[in-house]
Amino acid sequence: MRSFDDIEAQIGELEKSGNPLEAVAEMLLLGEEVLERWVIGRGQEPTQDTSEGFRILALHKQGARGEPSFNACRETCRELVYHHNLIEQSPEDEKAGQWLIMAGVVARHLLLFVGGKMEVEGLGEFCCSSKPLHQNETQDQVMEQLKTGLRGETTHA
Amino acid sequence: MNKEYKKVAYYPGCALEGSGHAYNTSTKAIGKKLGLDLVEVKNWNCCGAMEVKNIDPKLQTYLSSRVMSIAANEMGFDTVMAPCNGCYHNLKKAEYDLEHDDSSKEVVDELSYKAGHQTYEAGSIETIHALDWLKNSLGEEGIKERVKNSLKGLKIANYYGCMYTRPRHIFPEKDQGEGSESTSKPHFMDDLLAAAGAENVDYPLKTACCGGAHTLSDSDTSTKLVLNLLKGAEACGADVIATECPTCHSGLEMHQVRAETVLGEKTNVKVLYFTQLLGLALGLKPRKLGIHENISDSYGLLKEKGLA
Repeated sequence: MRSFDDIEAQIGELEKSGNPLEAVAEMLLLGEEVLERWVIGRGQEPTQDTSEGFRILALHKQGARGEPSFNACRETCRELVYHHNLIEQSPEDEKAGQWLIMAGVVARHLLLFVGGKMEVEGLGEFCCSSKPLHQNETQDQVMEQLKTGLRGETTHA
Repeated sequence: MNKEYKKVAYYPGCALEGSGHAYNTSTKAIGKKLGLDLVEVKNWNCCGAMEVKNIDPKLQTYLSSRVMSIAANEMGFDTVMAPCNGCYHNLKKAEYDLEHDDSSKEVVDELSYKAGHQTYEAGSIETIHALDWLKNSLGEEGIKERVKNSLKGLKIANYYGCMYTRPRHIFPEKDQGEGSESTSKPHFMDDLLAAAGAENVDYPLKTACCGGAHTLSDSDTSTKLVLNLLKGAEACGADVIATECPTCHSGLEMHQVRAETVLGEKTNVKVLYFTQLLGLALGLKPRKLGIHENISDSYGLLKEKGLA
């Protein structure tokens, strides 16, 4: 299994490609590979399904199930698809090289976010505010103490 | 959402009294210039964006509800304007939770009683962002009429961050067709700055993650994410990244410096609040907009463009 650093290096190489059509298709696959790591890391089998015609979008949906903060990369996935589509529709367009660079920027952001989230549990949580970061016993106790204090049930010397 | 906001309750939140002070300054300066009254919520508290929700999200709901309760019940307002994405998000989330979750309402009722203030009733307040405030009070035409110093020649990447649009269900007014904001491709900031003469670039990372809560700590993950945002903006040809969130803004500025010192990666794109850019277009002096408080030194660029 390749490291995220290796994938990032490959994104950098693809950005310089003289064949945007081929390169952007490869970038889309790299995006899928990144999301597969996330899904596997959560103990699941990566889906082979597609959503709106793209596996990367189905993988994102799978990765975000039960983990709303993962939606912080939803639009990043969609932007990668968008730039893929731009190039696929007009591979000879004079802007194709620029679209490829943008696809690289987006693919790198996806990799950094997912890679970061696999290292730093809370990444995206502040943004999402959808659930507490930690629900361990200690913090349950803190919550109980806080509630007790607010009810005035704690006696102080 | 389609009404003017001539006089609203203003909830700056904690960040705008600290690292986001320039956002506070520029927002107030614009309001004054445009004749839009901002009446600060009395005795406001933290919205619960950070640590509190890690203990219990219902405490966060209570804290946000208290701000809305004061605005509605003690000050008689029906609209609260929150320029900070975190505050805006949390007030919207509290509104949603109180309407849809009975247990949240119970906790809020109990804590409001203990704290000695009237409980907040869902639906009493409309929470808006500074972008809604300006877009609906003046709109593009209103901005165009008032521009004294066009932003013409300034290429801008508009960066919204992720809390302005996520999760979608707490923003029922968005994605409602023409005139409404989009959660997948937000455009209100683009619209306002274009009306002020700026050239917006097509920035594909406008809602991408900046590192969130980790952006203020010394985190390599945040530095790498921010560096990619900065390099992405430069690759789009942008001179400036316009921000509308104090956490994103601080992160972009600080990690731009850190990327250079730690990773040896220098970027030149400038970071300014959209309110600072609009203020310049309206003829306000940079100092009145707190531009000297920014870490990102944009004076050279602004002078070159005839804006300072």
